Amino acid sequence: MNREQLDARRLLCPMPVIKAQNRIASMQPGDELDVICTDPGALNDIPAWARINGHEVVESHQHDDEIRITVRVGA
Amino acid sequence: MAQQHKAVALISGGLDSMLAVRVMQEQGIEVEGINFFTGFCVEGHTHAIRNQDKNKPKRNNALWVAEQLGIKLHIVDVIEEYKDVLLNPKHGYGANMNPCLDCKIFMVGKAVEWVKEHHKDGFDFIITGEVIGQRPMSQRSDTMPLVSEESGAEDLLLRPLCAKNLPETKPEREGWVDRDKLYDFHGRNRKPQIALAKSFGLNDFASPAGGCCFLTDKSYSDKLVDLWQARNSRDYEMDDIMLLKVGRHIRPTPEFKLIIARDAGESKFLEGYRKQFASIYSTSHSGPMALVDGDLEPEQYQLAAAIVARYGKGRSADEVELSLTIPDRTSLTIKTAPMETQAVMQEWYV
Ligand code: SF4
Repeated sequence: MNREQLDARRLLCPMPVIKAQNRIASMQPGDELDVICTDPGALNDIPAWARINGHEVVESHQHDDEIRITVRVGA
Repeated sequence: MAQQHKAVALISGGLDSMLAVRVMQEQGIEVEGINFFTGFCVEGHTHAIRNQDKNKPKRNNALWVAEQLGIKLHIVDVIEEYKDVLLNPKHGYGANMNPCLDCKIFMVGKAVEWVKEHHKDGFDFIITGEVIGQRPMSQRSDTMPLVSEESGAEDLLLRPLCAKNLPETKPEREGWVDRDKLYDFHGRNRKPQIALAKSFGLNDFASPAGGCCFLTDKSYSDKLVDLWQARNSRDYEMDDIMLLKVGRHIRPTPEFKLIIARDAGESKFLEGYRKQFASIYSTSHSGPMALVDGDLEPEQYQLAAAIVARYGKGRSADEVELSLTIPDRTSLTIKTAPMETQAVMQEWYV
């Protein structure tokens, strides 16, 4: 299992989703991507995008203004 | 069993594209969605900015629609490429700075490209939720065929909601879809769409009044034109697009413009730009964050500070102390009387 990190801080929705989508396209099923972002819209958008496209959000954290969302790549 | 056909749908997040997909699904067509992010889309980022939006659901309607429909959605960043569409529209602008016809041609063209790039996924055709006669520019009986032609989609572009008013397309001719079960909606009356939505059991949907983007908004368009005039160049960056959505824009002289936050959410948002723009805020009273776009010369510091002071809690005080920072240049404290309300000229408001 590979784990990668994506810095999407200061980007506004839907840019964090687009960046996550594009990164995940080159990852393998089972890999995990930590998306670090600051737009609270991502708390809704990234999980919605993941559900639609068959990926899974395994963790999401908010600490001060920083949000970390971990997506496990689906098959 | 007949071969299952596959379509890619342009999804804006509104009701029409949602219905177009449902109509195809009823006919057994497999659909995936594609959504283009130009930077001007109403969707998304404004959630992050204003306080008053806090109670509204923070959802991206395109994603939400896709989830309701049970389809995949691909969001494509077209910010850079879109500049040419907005700056040089072959077919001109609509009522404001909206180049709707060129925009439609561009988006369908991008969908054609996308289908080619994903040919292994076996997409057969493209659908949109367009309705003939619904929008003054891009959805007229004479411009809709133009979209098919100029985008390169030709007869692979199907509009399920008004297909019966248009020439037969390949999916219909080949029997992939049944033309009889498509629709003949036309004009601005939304009742048939609402009825169709009901028949599908869809009750919750977004129906943007103007268009799908800020360019149909007069006040937004005015700010964009003002920006081009002030800079003497018709160009923009993503930050510009964003900042035009935020705050009061006041241009007291041709050289600079103040962007003054209207609430705490906007102040916080503008703070994020303090490394790129000069900023002014009151230190003696609570008040908004303001950015300066353009060149602020020392003789204008007082004027800028007095205007910003007018929008804070110190507006009736004799004197307000403000902090002014110009990145890589200077950081100083300014004391000034707030400008009187009448003195802030109406024509300064962009
Ligand atoms: S409203 Fe905006 S996004 Fe929609 S067609 Fe017109 S220019 Fe394009």
